[in-house]
Amino acid sequence: MAKAIIMSGYGINSEKESAFAFEKAGAVAEIVHINDLISKKKALSDYDILMFPGGFSYGDDTGSGQAFAGKVKNNLWDDLMSFIGSGKLILGVCNGFQIMVHLGLFPGIGGAYGTRSHALMSNCSARFECRDVFIKGNSKGCVFTKGITTAHLPVCHGEGRFYCKDETLEQLKKNSQIVFTYCDSEGRDAAGAYPKNPNGSLADIAGICDRTGRIMGMMPHPERALFTTSLPDFHLNRELARRAGSTLPEFVEDNLLIFKNAVEYIDKNCIKENRSKDKEKSGIMPEEKLGKKPQDDSASGEKI
Amino acid sequence: MEKGKDNIFRIEIDSREKSAESEKFEKKLNRLGYEVEVIQTSKVYTISHSFSKDQVKKISGSLYNPVVETARVDEPLSFDFDYALETGYLPGVTDNVAGTVSEIIEDLFNLKKGICKAFSSTIIFLRSKGRKLQRDDIEKIAHELINTLIERYHIKSRKEYINDLGMDYVLPAVRLEHGSDVSDVDLEISDADLAELGKKGIVDPDTGARRGPLALSLDYLRSIRDYFRKQGRSPTDIELESIAQTWSEHCKHTIFSAGMDEIKEGIFNRYIKGATEDIRKRLGKDDFCISVFKDNSGSIVFDDEYMISDKAETHNSPSALDPFGGAITGIVGVNRDTIGFGMGALPIANKYGYCVGRPEDHDIVYRGKGMTNPSLQPKRLLDGIVHGVNSGGNCSGIPTHTGFVFFDDHYKGKPLVFVGTIGIMPRVLPNKRPAHIKKAQPGDNIVVIGGRVGKDGIHGATFSSEAMDSGSPATAVQIGDPITQKKLSDAVVKEARDRGLYNSNTDNGAGGLSCSVAEMAQECGGFIVDIEKIPLKYPGLSPWEIWISESQERMTLSVPDDKIEEFNELMESRGVESTTIGRFNDSNRGIVKLRGRTILDLDMEFLHDGLPKTTLTTEGYPYNKTLPRISWIDTEDDMHKHTGLLLRLLSSHNICSYEFISKQYDHEVQHNSVIKPLVGKGRVNSPAQVIRPLLTSTRGVVLSQVILPRLSEISCYDMAACAIDSAIRNSVAAGADIKHLALLDNFCWCSSDDRKRLGQLKDAAGGCYDFATAFMTPFISGKDSMYNDFKGFDKDDNPIKISVHPTLMISSIGVISDVNETMTFELKVPGDIIYAIGKTGDECGGSEFYNLMGEIGTKAPKVIPESARKLYITMHKAIKAGAVSSCASVGPGGLLVWLAKMAISGRLGCAADFKKIPLGCADMPLEKIFYSESQSRFIVSVEPKKKQEFEKMMEDFDASEIGEVSDDDSFTISFGDRTIIKTTVNELEESYKRRFKEF
Repeated sequence: MAKAIIMSGYGINSEKESAFAFEKAGAVAEIVHINDLISKKKALSDYDILMFPGGFSYGDDTGSGQAFAGKVKNNLWDDLMSFIGSGKLILGVCNGFQIMVHLGLFPGIGGAYGTRSHALMSNCSARFECRDVFIKGNSKGCVFTKGITTAHLPVCHGEGRFYCKDETLEQLKKNSQIVFTYCDSEGRDAAGAYPKNPNGSLADIAGICDRTGRIMGMMPHPERALFTTSLPDFHLNRELARRAGSTLPEFVEDNLLIFKNAVEYIDKNCIKENRSKDKEKSGIMPEEKLGKKPQDDSASGEKI
Repeated sequence: MEKGKDNIFRIEIDSREKSAESEKFEKKLNRLGYEVEVIQTSKVYTISHSFSKDQVKKISGSLYNPVVETARVDEPLSFDFDYALETGYLPGVTDNVAGTVSEIIEDLFNLKKGICKAFSSTIIFLRSKGRKLQRDDIEKIAHELINTLIERYHIKSRKEYINDLGMDYVLPAVRLEHGSDVSDVDLEISDADLAELGKKGIVDPDTGARRGPLALSLDYLRSIRDYFRKQGRSPTDIELESIAQTWSEHCKHTIFSAGMDEIKEGIFNRYIKGATEDIRKRLGKDDFCISVFKDNSGSIVFDDEYMISDKAETHNSPSALDPFGGAITGIVGVNRDTIGFGMGALPIANKYGYCVGRPEDHDIVYRGKGMTNPSLQPKRLLDGIVHGVNSGGNCSGIPTHTGFVFFDDHYKGKPLVFVGTIGIMPRVLPNKRPAHIKKAQPGDNIVVIGGRVGKDGIHGATFSSEAMDSGSPATAVQIGDPITQKKLSDAVVKEARDRGLYNSNTDNGAGGLSCSVAEMAQECGGFIVDIEKIPLKYPGLSPWEIWISESQERMTLSVPDDKIEEFNELMESRGVESTTIGRFNDSNRGIVKLRGRTILDLDMEFLHDGLPKTTLTTEGYPYNKTLPRISWIDTEDDMHKHTGLLLRLLSSHNICSYEFISKQYDHEVQHNSVIKPLVGKGRVNSPAQVIRPLLTSTRGVVLSQVILPRLSEISCYDMAACAIDSAIRNSVAAGADIKHLALLDNFCWCSSDDRKRLGQLKDAAGGCYDFATAFMTPFISGKDSMYNDFKGFDKDDNPIKISVHPTLMISSIGVISDVNETMTFELKVPGDIIYAIGKTGDECGGSEFYNLMGEIGTKAPKVIPESARKLYITMHKAIKAGAVSSCASVGPGGLLVWLAKMAISGRLGCAADFKKIPLGCADMPLEKIFYSESQSRFIVSVEPKKKQEFEKMMEDFDASEIGEVSDDDSFTISFGDRTIIKTTVNELEESYKRRFKEF
């Protein structure tokens, strides 16, 4: 059975619903405080899926996700690299995505992790915003998004405006790494217009994956829109269903699918037992190619 | 501070492109009339520690994202600008960003905690767009952007900036000479001097200055003097301060507890607690209360395994001085009332309610004579308060669904800031102990966890027990640190509680340790504290300050010896500081020692029950008797005027959308929202919300809060009746079962030394008793804040007093068996039949309609609870049975406003004939039928197929079919065959959302 580790501590706050989502998807999920990994009470290598959940780690001070990413870099980098190297999965939502961006897990070309090439900046409104949005799945290569066309779910963030340089954007597009983009309920592009694109993200980007498709980050919260009763149009849909003589399903399948895809991937690829066999097929990166140390990516902007 | 010192450096982070923050500042300043461009907003971290150049580079590298930012270390910005304006906190004010920076650095180099001092600030680089800006302008801009009570600013022209190689190095560290030692306070003085001591505080022997209000009346000081005469000594300063905290109005609710006229046991015991006791007796085995009025929150049954708790507080006085700090400490403070309830409940929802002046009101009032000490204008107060709860609630990972904002000039001097938190807790813990019962045991360690003690928040409890004037102490201002609290909350509620690591637990709120330790010691009988063990933010505090400081994010726990090691280990591994400061015992004495010397030694009974019983006398309040003068729209066919009136009402302050607040509060975290703050495609603010607290259950909790303060001018008794009816009705419309619904009361009064105001209070409390018992909805928790007055001067230096409306907030909390059976108010399907339920009477007193006309009126809505309760039970059945497709509780604004809100929310039009409305009296002008605020009414829509079923259910009530949901955008209201209003949903929505569009 797939084992998911849900990272917690220092102001992360969506660990419970994240663990619930993985459990509903068929995994065993465990919430683990980052300090228990640092003190080696728990080991990352015992799990198949790592999730950085949403929250306000370190109160978003100095930039969302930056301080928590620093703690991971300083204390858990080697563990994280071998986790990636063994073909396992990483998912980040909201603050988790912000943490992953600061860890430099994207775009991860040629196993080069540790260099930041994206940013999640303050929303255009310069304010935290909580509202429901529609997103559509675009990526062919991403493990998490198989079978997802559109999804209806909330965003809840102050810093979610995706940004990168033009050439990076071209690369993302070329490599099919843009996983989710904001759209309307019919799947038409938001085209940058508020509120469909809630934060001013470049190219309506709501989520991206790394080059292997096994590492994904997204701003909207699928784990906060699992129940049909949680969607803002629940009462309308219930009424329409009742008149049509039917009832609504308990779960929002599109949102749960992200977690199910992950679990199914692990079950299929038997990562733990059988990882050496199938390296090429599953696109697993040879470990020696992975960045062993977080690279100091700040030199470019520094003037000392 | 000179430059180039080895152990101080500044890292400044610039954005590569113009940031959203710069845009925000620029927009704000342009709106305020400054023709200015914001070139850059730099984040500044000033760090004081010895590091090598390489280390500094590493530090700066971990503080910015090179994709969008650049960093400068000890280097000025080379841009073209006119002025640089740096803003930062004053010494001693909580600087959360700096705390994070210190942690980042400590983690980077594995340093000991607290070794590296960091400070955060911001530099805004400004350039004139039109007229050349002068230093004066920048001074004014600074005052627009910061609150000088807690923040500092520095200005440099470009020339100065270049000459000085940037801004100056400022380390706003607290440097205290040394705290004063403990001194005795002589109480053998004249009554006049005693009164002065009570009002202004103890004279500091070192400085000769008064230390700030004790808020002890002459009666109280005499009792204290008598006690110490018997002891044969004078009290020490720490003893007197400690008693003042415990006996404060804020902590002991002296007015609610005092005898009042013929009510010897006091209005709390008779009317509030009394109502609950009566109801519980009548409910017998159906009683759903678990813990009422004795803990930090009240609680009721959720299901067989869990209970839910609720508590609502106010944080008015601190918010008046610093709205951001006041509001954030308010919300994280009331979170601790959940964490500190019983053995510790998990916070699952925050609530808010703000009463402020109108944001367009720019007439300044002053706390000091001669136009000194100006109070903040309503717009700034609102911005700060909204932002404070945003920061506190969002960072804590607690969703905020329920809230309101109420605008009225009576709140311009002192705003009201209501904050509340719902919690969930197992009814029985793994060790089989009931979770709501706690008992510190003699011999237990007194353990303090969380933040450290500083000078912030000294005299909060006593200060809020006084009216606000120029003597209001700034040390009462604090800023919350939600992440520190989140860490301790998670460690306590998610881990330590279920491992059974402590015997009791409470929050450090008003009065700080002096109250929390003394309160817990009541459970076992006494305590000894070694005050030097209490961890401090900085040295130099006097013992009395340490003892009463209200520094935030602290809990006190009683931990037995056999668990202390495991407890400390857990706290350390979760990044929570934990310190043993003494022991509980059963000596019946509270003792504080300073390095072995006893400095406080009080009889526990005296400390808690020594305050003299007082009896208050009330007088009838002269309620408004002036009949309103309204020019009715009498032209029979003047559609235009009626439509215009509806649109004006929809855009009025207290009816229009406040989405700008709702959407900046996270209401999706924890994945528990069902009925959200905004309902329908048209996003209309809902007066009730529903959450499902457990991911594994479809049971729900329904929440609503109501204030109707203008009714206090007509009848405080009816104000209470209407607030109770409304809070219940809002919940019922969302699917609540009145048989599993409880209430909370929050009284925010004014001038409580005035007998007439006490008369109003007695009326309101009496109303609470009568209607809570009639509806069978018990009170489970409550709070009061009695002196919400502003005393100062207007712009012509005339003395003024602005008192709030006596404001009663009734909150309802109910349990719903299945969230799938809840209901919302948006119109859903064209062709559905619209019904009005309940009689509309000539009851426009205190209504939004009269307010728009500049009137108060004399006829308050009357509530008939017996028939209302029956209706609510039936409506609950109808909703459960799926007989209605939408249901609105008719609230402020009346029938027409609520029909319009249903249409906006569903983005569907309708046609309705108001001649069919069930009326309570004949010959009412149309406006009264439209806008009367009679209670106990609903509007529902019903599928034509369900018509008979629904009408059968409603046969005992006044239910009339009044119209139909249309399949287009048209909104048409007729009276018989006359069309009175014809407009579109689009136009209604535009009016509803116009006012705060740019907020």
